[in-house]
Amino acid sequence: MNLILVLIGGLMLTAAAVAMSLRNIIHSALLLIGSWLGVSFFYLWAGAEFVAFAQVLVYVGAVSMVVLFAVLLTRRDRQDVVVAPETRTRAISALLVGGSVAGLLVSAVLGTPLATGPAETPTLTVKDLGTLLAGPQAAGLLIAGVILTVALLGAVVLAATDSGKEDAS
Amino acid sequence: MTTLQLCLVISSLLFCIGLVGALSRSHTILVLLGIELMLNAANMNFIAFWRFGASPTAATGVLFAIFSIAVAAAEAAVGLALVIAVYRHQKSVRLEEANRLKG
Repeated sequence: MNLILVLIGGLMLTAAAVAMSLRNIIHSALLLIGSWLGVSFFYLWAGAEFVAFAQVLVYVGAVSMVVLFAVLLTRRDRQDVVVAPETRTRAISALLVGGSVAGLLVSAVLGTPLATGPAETPTLTVKDLGTLLAGPQAAGLLIAGVILTVALLGAVVLAATDSGKEDAS
Repeated sequence: MTTLQLCLVISSLLFCIGLVGALSRSHTILVLLGIELMLNAANMNFIAFWRFGASPTAATGVLFAIFSIAVAAAEAAVGLALVIAVYRHQKSVRLEEANRLKG
């Protein structure tokens, strides 16, 4: 059981690490799709099927397309998808900060006696989730809907070009 | 190492990869992608604690992960719209060059 988890984690972490180190931003975005797919495999492995499908729909489907569109809309010419290398100081300090945070988190996780429950997978059907979302959590669902609507309207207002006015730049 | 600890270690490493990416790159879209990775790592923790935690009958972890995915989708849409708006004014997506408030 742990072997599958290690395999999923290895796929996810390798894809994410390679994506964050590549120079070509299109390759980074495509590799991050693999990493997000690994996260959804983890959800499937843990028995949260609905979250796994939501992850595939939202990240692998929607967010990756939005990212690719943003990359293609913000390049000056065909070669502009290759990012200039960062300064050495910046990369080294980022690696130092990330490494120390990783050491801190991993040692805290390994050093804490965590209370674990029963070993069998908890059963949670989509029907249970629907009952919860329509009943006790209905306020959260409505607020999430309002946030999504407002965010989409805001995104359209921000990204839309004002064709009637002279371009300020 | 228990399975819960293994899950938490994997999500911590994913969080740190996202953190290093967000700190070390100056391309705005790559910084946003690093933040998305950190959000994903946090969601993995919710699911891990729901699956292996002390009271797995409560569906709180799954519900929180669903809401968090919804908010992350909104964040990605607004963030990339901001990137496009900044690019239209500055003709650049490097974070160091976006240093004027009125473009």
